[in-house]
Parts: sequence; C-alpha cells; structure tokens
Amino acid sequence: MNQKIYNYLLILADNPLILGHRLSELCGHGPNLETDIGLTNISLDLFGQVRNYLQYAAEIQGLGKTEDDLAFLRYEHEYRNYRLVEQPNTDFAWVIARQYLFDAYHLPLLNQLVGSKDSQIAAIAQKSIKEVQYHHRFSSEWVKRLGDGTEESHGKIQKAVSILWTYCGGIFEETEVENEMSQLGIGANLDLVKADFLSDTKYIFNEAALSVEGVDWSQKGGKLGVHSEHLGFILADLQYMQRTYPQMNW
Amino acid sequence: MKKEWPVWEVFIRSKSGLDHRHVGSIHATDAKMAIENARDVYTRRQEGVSIWVVPSKEITASNPEENGELFEPAADKIYRHPTFYILPDELTHM
Amino acid sequence: MYLNNDPLEADFQAKIDKGQNIEAKDWMPEKYRKTHIRQISQHAHSEIVGMLPEGNWITRAPSLRRKVALLAKVQDEAGHGLYLYSAAETLGITRDELYDQLHSGKAKYSSIFNYPAVTWADMGAVGWLVDGAAIMNQVMLTRTSYGPYARAMVRICKEESFHQRQGYEIMLTLCNGTEVQKRMAQDALNRWWWPSLMMFGPRDAESPHTEQALKWKIKLKTNDELRQQFVDQTVSQAEILGITIPDPKLKWNEARGHYDFGDIDWEEFTQVVAGNGPCNRERLEARKSAWEKGAWVRDAALAYAEKQEQRSLKVAV
Repeated sequence: MNQKIYNYLLILADNPLILGHRLSELCGHGPNLETDIGLTNISLDLFGQVRNYLQYAAEIQGLGKTEDDLAFLRYEHEYRNYRLVEQPNTDFAWVIARQYLFDAYHLPLLNQLVGSKDSQIAAIAQKSIKEVQYHHRFSSEWVKRLGDGTEESHGKIQKAVSILWTYCGGIFEETEVENEMSQLGIGANLDLVKADFLSDTKYIFNEAALSVEGVDWSQKGGKLGVHSEHLGFILADLQYMQRTYPQMNW
Repeated sequence: MKKEWPVWEVFIRSKSGLDHRHVGSIHATDAKMAIENARDVYTRRQEGVSIWVVPSKEITASNPEENGELFEPAADKIYRHPTFYILPDELTHM
Repeated sequence: MYLNNDPLEADFQAKIDKGQNIEAKDWMPEKYRKTHIRQISQHAHSEIVGMLPEGNWITRAPSLRRKVALLAKVQDEAGHGLYLYSAAETLGITRDELYDQLHSGKAKYSSIFNYPAVTWADMGAVGWLVDGAAIMNQVMLTRTSYGPYARAMVRICKEESFHQRQGYEIMLTLCNGTEVQKRMAQDALNRWWWPSLMMFGPRDAESPHTEQALKWKIKLKTNDELRQQFVDQTVSQAEILGITIPDPKLKWNEARGHYDFGDIDWEEFTQVVAGNGPCNRERLEARKSAWEKGAWVRDAALAYAEKQEQRSLKVAV
C-alpha cells in the first residue's frame, strides 16, 4: 500500500518540480520586473509543494532517503510528470499557455485532494490550494491579455495554446495507481478533474478569443515515464551537482 | 508602439488595525494587474493584509513652496495641545 | 560653512546640514538631481545585472533547500532593482529611459557582475563577499539625504539581511565538506576577493565625486573607509571558514587598529569598467534580449487595458 501511495506522490510532486524548474529558468529574463517577480513567486510556491510531497514520499518509502534523493537522483523514466510541463520557454506566450493549462488542471485536482483520506495529502493540498488559486488568476489574466491584446500577441498565444493543448490529453489518461488511489478516496477522480478543466478552459479561451477546435490529437505518456526529448536536458541541469559530486552535503 | 506601463503608488496595511502606508510604486496596465503586481512585489514577506493602488498621475500633492502658508500658521496654536493647560499635580488622570 | 550666493541653494544646504531629508517635490540644485538619477539608477542596474551570474545557478542548485533560497534571493534583487527605479522615477525620469541608458552602454553598473560564476561555490562567495560589501554601502545609504532613496534602502537592507547569511552558510558547508568542496570554496575566494574590494570604487584620491557627495550626504563614508571596514570584518569570517584570503600583504596593524592589505590591480578595474571584463558583453546582451523579447508582451497588456477601458466606457453610456 505504501508503495502505491509513494508512486502516487511522485506524480503529484514531479509536475510542480519540472514546471517550477522551467519557471526558474526565467528568473531575470521576464518581459519586465513586475512580471519577472510574479513568475518567480509561482516557481517558489511550486518548489514548496514539491518539498512537502517528496518529504512525505521519502518517509513512507521507508528507505532512509531524503527529498533531495528523490528530486535529484532518479533515472529519467522514473520521473512521473506530464509532458506538458517539460515544454520549453519558447516565448512568453508558451510560458503563459503552459502555466494556465497546468493551473486549470491543478486547481480542481487540489480541490479534490483537500478531502483525501490520507491526512498528509489533504494537509499539503490545503496549503497548496491558496497558492494555486493565485497562479490560476495570474495565468488566466495573462491568457486574456495576450489573446485580446494586439494582433501579434493573439497570434502567439493562439499558436502556443494550439500546440500545448495536444499535451493535455496525457494529463487525464488514468494510470493504474491513480485509479486505485481514487477508488480508495486517497487520490483524485480524474474524470471530475477533467470536467472542471474543460469548462474552465472553455470559458477562458472564449474570453480570450482563442480556440482549440480541431485539435483532437494528444501526446501521451509522461506519467508512465515516457517523456519528450526536453526532459533529458532538464535533468542534466537539475542533477548536475548531485551526479558530478556524489555523496556530499551542500 | 513605444509606450510605458503607467506608474501606480502602492499603500499597504501591514496588519488589521493599522493605517495603509505608502510603500513605493509599481508599473501596471490596469487596476487589477496593479494589485497583483503590488502583491507580488511588496508582500513577499507577509508585509500586508490589504493593498491600495492609485495611479500616480491621480495624486495631487501640496506645493512645498507653499509650506509656509500651509503649515506654519498651526505652529503657534499651542492651546490645541493638552500641555497648554496648567493643572494641579494631584490631578493624576486627565 | 561654505560660501553660497544663491539663497535657494543656501537653504537647501542648510537643510541637509541639519540632517533633514530632501523630498521629491522640494527644490534641489539641478546637479543634485542629476547626480541622484545617475547614482540611484546605477544602483538599480547593478541589482538587475547582478541577477544574471547567480541566476545561471538556480537550475543547477545542489539541493531543494539551496534552490529555493537562491531563487528567492535572485528574486529579491529584481525587487531591489524595482524599488530603486521607483526612487529614481521620483526625480522625473522614466524606467524605460533608464533602461535605454543601460542597454546603450551609457549607464554603468557595478563592475563585480562582469565576473563569471563558474562553480557552485561562487554562490557562496558572491553572497558572503559581494553582498557583504554591498550591505556596507547600503546601510550607509539608509541615512542618505534624498528621502525616496533612503526609504528604498531601508526596505532593501531589511530584505538583504538573509542574503549574506545564505552565502556564508554555503561556504561553511563546503568548508566542512570533502576535499573537493574545500578546494572549490578556496578557489571561489581566490577569484572573488579582489573584485569585491574593487566594488567600493576608486581610491579617495582618485574619486572625482567624493567631496560633493559627502557635502550633499549622498555618501556618508568614503570609498577607502568602507573598503577598510569590509576588510576588517571579513578576515575573521575567513578564519572561521578555514580558508585563506589571497593577499600575502594582509596583516593586522596595531598602530592603525586596522588590517593592512595589498595593492588592488586598478588597471583591471579600469578595464572592467570600460567594458572589457570577462562577461560585460554577455551581461548586457542578456538584459537587452530580455527587454526586446518582452516588447510585444508589454504592448499586448497595454492594448488589452485600453480595450477594456473603452468597453467599460461604452457600458457606462
């Protein structure tokens, strides 16, 4: 049972880990200071969530490992994040589209997890949900600004949304462990999360004059450990110190 | 288009019961964004429980060159202060 | 006292001599305004250029704890840049104009950020030495005469207090670690020591602005005084770490009550200030690139706000 909760926690932790990493790449490179600071706040929130999940995962794994062992010393196929969050910071439209799509999933996910029968997961979700409400507010506002801003910004955010939308199917492709956790009332029911996700995105895209009609193909696999080419490069950075200087304290 | 985001002045109430206090400024395109930017910039260390934002251009300030006529006339109205009144020492609570 | 025929300027100087602050709308000599715009914006530019050498280690930080601390620290630097640009804006110049000065190479920033951050230990050394040097200057500036600048510095000093501790803790962990880690720490100290001393600027004898800056209380201590204070306090910190400051002439001078130290390579300083440091080009390019790539984003947000306002006006009619 603990092994299963552990596996479920990795899914919960790896998404904010990889997305937080992507956002942290932007620190110092935002379109202006205010936005730079705002994106970094989101990154810091996500890393905080990662630490909570991974500390708990390490504890129930019971092998004496730390949050850092789990964050830095797994093989690529052992990371359980969605392909969506690995996608690069191609431009600000990608950053915003990726963030909004993740937030539109993350918020209903946490809404369910606050009622988890696992009290630790419920507590982490309770703390995270306020952060994610703000992330959603930040990213959805920016989707509207870019969608209904200039012709150029509309073109850029429409393109980003159309491409990134194809990575969203993978989020809702239920794995065995998710199914089991949901049955036990520990994890979220992905069908319900998906319904909220679809109505949220429908509303915001309508406001922003964006469309995902006709995009019905979906890239899958992230949760099962099958990733895009991007993850390898992310891990090269993320794991650099731990791999180059093994077994040291920092 | 070569235009800057407008400047907004930021006022923060650090805890309930206290006044909002001017803390600085930020740039934002509208009021909603101004609140968010002020939150992201000025409350990272729990400095606030409430935020006001005002477009800088909407603030009318008194002219320092008129400080004499504006503020000096109040200087000799010492009868507005409690210490002006001479009362016996035995009277302790007043 | 000094002679001054201009009654406005005499009043102004009297105010400063009494320790009163000058506020944005107060009368001030044009040169005071210009000097402040230059100094505050240089300071602001240093904060945001200073994000780059440390920023390049965020994705490679060796633990989650170090990662969030570094990320929060670099973010603070963005905040500090912002507070300072805001202070400069009160003097009648816009942030965009100040950016143009930075991007065109007209404005300067602290030469220290033109050195590369090549190992993780540099995150320790930068926090310990560079922030340590910066704090000395900043604590002094909380009492500077221009109100908005002084208030920005108060806020900055409050927030900065964790930065140096963060850096020193990194150094301490390395120095208590393996041989490889100790070597990394010593190497970082070797590379950052002299550039840190240069941060205080040219020697007093060669510092053209010092006299006027002291008179106007833009500065309260000279470059050499601050530099000496920095050396005096840092020596014992290095001893606790057990690493060696790379200066054979460094020696306690009982008579002066200060440490004597070796000669700074001023030619190197001049070259770095002139744009020939190891990273000048990369740093400026990175700032320009972020700004240029963000242009369409800033325009979009403005356009959206205008449309929203038009719509709300229509509804009102």
